[in-house]
Amino acid sequence: MLQFILKRLGLAVLVALTVSFISFSLLFLSGDPAAALAGETASGEDIEALRRVYGFDRPMLVQYGEWLWQALQGNFGESYYFKLPVASLIADRLSVTMTLGVCGITFALLTAVPLGVAAAIKPNSLIDRVALFLSVAGQAMPSFWFGLILIVLFGIQLGWLPPSGASTWRHFIMPTIVLGYYAMPAIMRLTRAGMLEVLNSDYIRTARAKGAGEGRVLFKHALRNAIIPVVSLAAVQMGFMLGGSIVVESVFALHGAGYLAWESIARNDLPTVQALILIFSMFYIIFTFLADVLNAWLDPRMRSS
Amino acid sequence: MNDTATPLLGVRGLTLDIPMSSGVLHAVRGIDFDLHRGETLCIVGESGSGKSLTSLAIMGLLDKNIRRSAERMEFDGIDLLSASRRQMRSLRGDRIAMIFQEPMTSLNPAYTIGDQLMEALRLHRNVSREKARARAVELLEKVGITAAASRLGQYPHQLSGGLRQRVVIAMALMCEPELIIADEPTTALDVTIQAQILSLLVELTREMGVAMILITHDLGVVARVADKVGVMYAGELVETGPAADVFGKPLHPYTRGLLRCIPQPGKTQRGAELGTIPGIVPSLIGDVQGCAFRTRCPHAIDACRDAIPERGTPPHEFLCVHPDGARAAEGEPA
Repeated sequence: MLQFILKRLGLAVLVALTVSFISFSLLFLSGDPAAALAGETASGEDIEALRRVYGFDRPMLVQYGEWLWQALQGNFGESYYFKLPVASLIADRLSVTMTLGVCGITFALLTAVPLGVAAAIKPNSLIDRVALFLSVAGQAMPSFWFGLILIVLFGIQLGWLPPSGASTWRHFIMPTIVLGYYAMPAIMRLTRAGMLEVLNSDYIRTARAKGAGEGRVLFKHALRNAIIPVVSLAAVQMGFMLGGSIVVESVFALHGAGYLAWESIARNDLPTVQALILIFSMFYIIFTFLADVLNAWLDPRMRSS
Repeated sequence: MNDTATPLLGVRGLTLDIPMSSGVLHAVRGIDFDLHRGETLCIVGESGSGKSLTSLAIMGLLDKNIRRSAERMEFDGIDLLSASRRQMRSLRGDRIAMIFQEPMTSLNPAYTIGDQLMEALRLHRNVSREKARARAVELLEKVGITAAASRLGQYPHQLSGGLRQRVVIAMALMCEPELIIADEPTTALDVTIQAQILSLLVELTREMGVAMILITHDLGVVARVADKVGVMYAGELVETGPAADVFGKPLHPYTRGLLRCIPQPGKTQRGAELGTIPGIVPSLIGDVQGCAFRTRCPHAIDACRDAIPERGTPPHEFLCVHPDGARAAEGEPA
């Protein structure tokens, strides 16, 4: 098990390095950063001067090396727009995004897994159909529209919840539901499919033949095997929520990292964008790594491969 | 089929119907048998004759869509037909254990074999983990697994098929059951291992005085281990009796057909062709009347379409219109 973890960890570091290099160079491929900074009316000399000031005239590998070395120490440079250290800028926004992401995935798992299990126990029953309806609706409904509906209904008409902002935990209820509901359908369907398959397997019959009760059969013997693909999916969705909840953050005026990324791209704020891309991809890598470890714990066959 | 002493397991008129889109499939059609303590009953027959369903019906593990009915189905005085789910659960694994066909998939891949062995005991007995562990080691040794204590921490995927089936057998014996139902326990194994596993199973059940229902389509196996034989065809037990009688004087034409399919020492000539039974098993969907074997039977007459009488003298009985099961027609001594 330890060997497996170390192997995966080494792999994760390699992926992280590759991703950081690609994200760093992609921004250079999208145009001359000095020209973009100087603006449309700038003269050629101004652009050259800017190029030297920001160090864009050096070889790209040197720039990457320095950027990475600084980033590892938590120094992502200064934002062109805010004129503030990128690190503190992001740290502020990240707490909002992380709160939202953790709440969102928790909400999604807590609704999707029980619904999926219940649907698999009695396929084509009423509960299965309700679960199917909920997941189709969740998949089909755009997040911004669902968010607006909630704001109109609970924020304005009924006045139960604050419609926007991030100052109290009550501000997070509606965004959590919108974000979680977006992730719920896939998790629910995968849980259902996994449980259906596992419940038909020979070892479940063996467990019943031993005299195990239904609860034990479902949760000890079946769910542990059925949940393995769900863990991988949830990890990817968690990474997505931490990086890509721009829509939900905009609708509810939660100024999180997703919103910051969107703003910074629009403003050509290179250091901020680079730092955000690096952090978002780190989230993916960390969650994939954690999912691999969790899966190896759940399924011993994965440890040897 | 009637014995004087009260049998451990008594089944009368067991019928299993499966509703399908094209009609009702009469998978098992009124079978009777008795099994006494320590006896081995072999049920033989082709695939789809209802052998496995019969065993699942006794265990109460049939799929929900299968309708089970019977005049009587009793295990040691307990009416299995009216037993609650809770009662059935306490019987399963404790007093009635089951061994399935596929050792590769019948163990849970997520738990060590130690966990799974100990679970079998701890579901029914209030014993400590240490005691359960000791029992698991004892049984692994009994089924011939070396270094038993160190095996407890291994996962099913780390064991070969033969070893896994040994584990499954050990698991079935954890609670010292009175009845073991083994559904083709060696079919999925290498031929070289089949004999080992089977003799192990028979040895252990004899030693521990456990009654066994062994489901198989291997007549060679039956000849060696059975006390009683039940020949199943298209959902019916067409012939039942003590193994020596059924093999020595097979009465039903189907039983004789089956026996001609395997070489018999002293009887089959070198170079002679082995028999086959022409035709296919009839569909059991919808109303089934008369003898189901008549379409493949060389001795079929018009009367085979009607109700078929039960013939023979207990304990050796069979279902056929011909009083001697057409033995004379095949030139066999009556």
